[in-house]
Amino acid sequence: MTAVPTAERRLMEGSEAIAEAAIAAGCRFFAGYPMTPFTELLEHLAKKLPEVGGVCINAESELEAVGMAWGALATGARAATGSTGQGLSLMQESFSEITLAELPLVVFNMARGQQDYFQATRGGGHGDYRHLVLAPLDIAEAVELTQLAFHLADKWRNPVLVYGDYLLAHTHQAVSVEPVEFAPLPPKAWAVDGSGGGTGDSQLVTPLGLAKHGHEAPGIERHLRGITAKHADMESEEQRAETAFCDDAETVVVAFGTPAKFVRYVVSQLRAEGEKVGFVRPISLWPYPFGAVADATAGATTVAVFELCAGQMIDDVRLAVLGRAPIVPIGGISTDGSGFGVGPLLDAEVIRERVLAAHRGGVDAELPPLPVNERG
Amino acid sequence: MSGEHEGPVGPVLDTSAPPDHAKKVADLKPDLLLTQEHNMCPGCGEPLALRVYLEALQELGVTQRSIMVAGIGCYTAFTSTVDVDLVQALHGRAPSVATGAKRMRPDAVVFTLQGDGDMVNEGLQEVLHTAARGEKVTCILLNNGVFGETGGHMTATSVLGQRTKNSLDGRDAEYHGYPILIGDLIARLQGAAYVARGSVHNAGAVARTKKMFRRAFESQLRGDGFTFVEVLTMCPTGWFIPTGDGPEYMHETLGEVHIMGELKVGGVVKTTEELHEENAARQREVEHALERGGLDR
Repeated sequence: MTAVPTAERRLMEGSEAIAEAAIAAGCRFFAGYPMTPFTELLEHLAKKLPEVGGVCINAESELEAVGMAWGALATGARAATGSTGQGLSLMQESFSEITLAELPLVVFNMARGQQDYFQATRGGGHGDYRHLVLAPLDIAEAVELTQLAFHLADKWRNPVLVYGDYLLAHTHQAVSVEPVEFAPLPPKAWAVDGSGGGTGDSQLVTPLGLAKHGHEAPGIERHLRGITAKHADMESEEQRAETAFCDDAETVVVAFGTPAKFVRYVVSQLRAEGEKVGFVRPISLWPYPFGAVADATAGATTVAVFELCAGQMIDDVRLAVLGRAPIVPIGGISTDGSGFGVGPLLDAEVIRERVLAAHRGGVDAELPPLPVNERG
Repeated sequence: MSGEHEGPVGPVLDTSAPPDHAKKVADLKPDLLLTQEHNMCPGCGEPLALRVYLEALQELGVTQRSIMVAGIGCYTAFTSTVDVDLVQALHGRAPSVATGAKRMRPDAVVFTLQGDGDMVNEGLQEVLHTAARGEKVTCILLNNGVFGETGGHMTATSVLGQRTKNSLDGRDAEYHGYPILIGDLIARLQGAAYVARGSVHNAGAVARTKKMFRRAFESQLRGDGFTFVEVLTMCPTGWFIPTGDGPEYMHETLGEVHIMGELKVGGVVKTTEELHEENAARQREVEHALERGGLDR
């Protein structure tokens, strides 16, 4: 992808930058239900979408929000919905079936911490479905990945989830929302525009593997196998990761999203001090970049995992490392008083202590106790 | 060939072909049906409802600007056989899907097709909010007071006394609660522009129902607001009654509770009593006409 510098660089809240990026990507429909820390994304889209001829509906529930996006997508429009993980829990039935209907939904999760890794990568819905999941580490990257999400959704006719968090949504950064150009995609010949009626060639957008009478229908089994085959292709083609300082690293730290920015900073500082530590960051959470994580940790004697939850991504790290090195969880649950934002664990000094403890102690490392949010 | 033969537990109606007197109707295929074949049970009222709204679309000349959103029920089988652009929604969620489609295609006639289990049980809040929002779509309810597809279970519109597989002694208000009169509920919402309840229990009702569809679609095209057509449809299988008894049974049970008529036209909501009066007057008119030797039209 190539960036075309046309936009003005200005200080923007993450939510606003993501809204601008969605519009730059051609998103013209959004429906959502307010929920912290996602609310501001909805607010910005409610203001900005009508300005470009789009529609943003303040849906009466998350179930309705995803249903509305479904209808807009079926007409061929670029459409999205979003919430926090809690709200996305309510949308899971639709996520499953939208995947089977092969509709290019983009979903934003402005998560509370990183507690939704399982939900994002395994899904809470029924059936054999997969979503591409992209996890930006800051606002500038979110601007690019948001646009990539709309492209990949159309390319694969499959939902793509952008995994953000409280800090991404609420902090400000000077960015320019530059439209990203991607390879051209075929026209959406499958979409319904209402014009097919009475022609004998009317369209049917369905998750059920049916076709109109007189046209060959795959049937549900062949349809499901086709989706599975597509997901296998997505898995091999869409892995994304960032690796730093891993060539001779004895300890490699794995982290994603906003916390990865803190971890990357800590690791680069420790490197400057001569410590043999490295860093690998999955950018795509599904497909998980198993190859990149395996390569990055190939020479490591300790693999540390920093995530702001009880330990979810660590399962994928275990699958990537396959027992070649001990894996030490150095993250944990840490929230502010509201439970929506991040707590004192997301602090470079605190992370530094924990990385060093893992680096020095390996599997027997005695980690400092988790810092406590004193404000309750 | 059709007829009856004696089975081990009584007479069995041969349904391998339509009965002779129904042949003519079966031969008339609406242009917007790709095939007459369907896998509904004998005596099902849904194909009749399907037929009249497809004819209404065609008469209004909007076949090439129509989008149908189907819910999940027996009628989901029609998604392959109607020659209309179609989006399959989840159980209960069609009004929201229709909302998204209409907002992106404001020139299209967008309508849902849902059953009472789909709309009034699973998706009640969807249809109410869509109506309240004044969304310029038409929601069509095929109301047979039973979950037909699962095999005859109680829905939110099952009437008191109705026997279903999970109300074996009949729906009991104390134990199961009361039915929802969804059309009446929607009529009271400000965003609803046109609300009607039709039926397919006899030819006259079918003709009235078709007019209701026309008026609803015309209202949508004018941008009046949300429009709603409920149609009472027979489900002899789900009611556990002989096929031929369906129309009369429906008229006397569901039809006595979910009263047929135009519930809201031009912002004016009619009461149940007014609907009863209208229907009685209509019946008197028919009887007088029959005494005079027939209806003019």
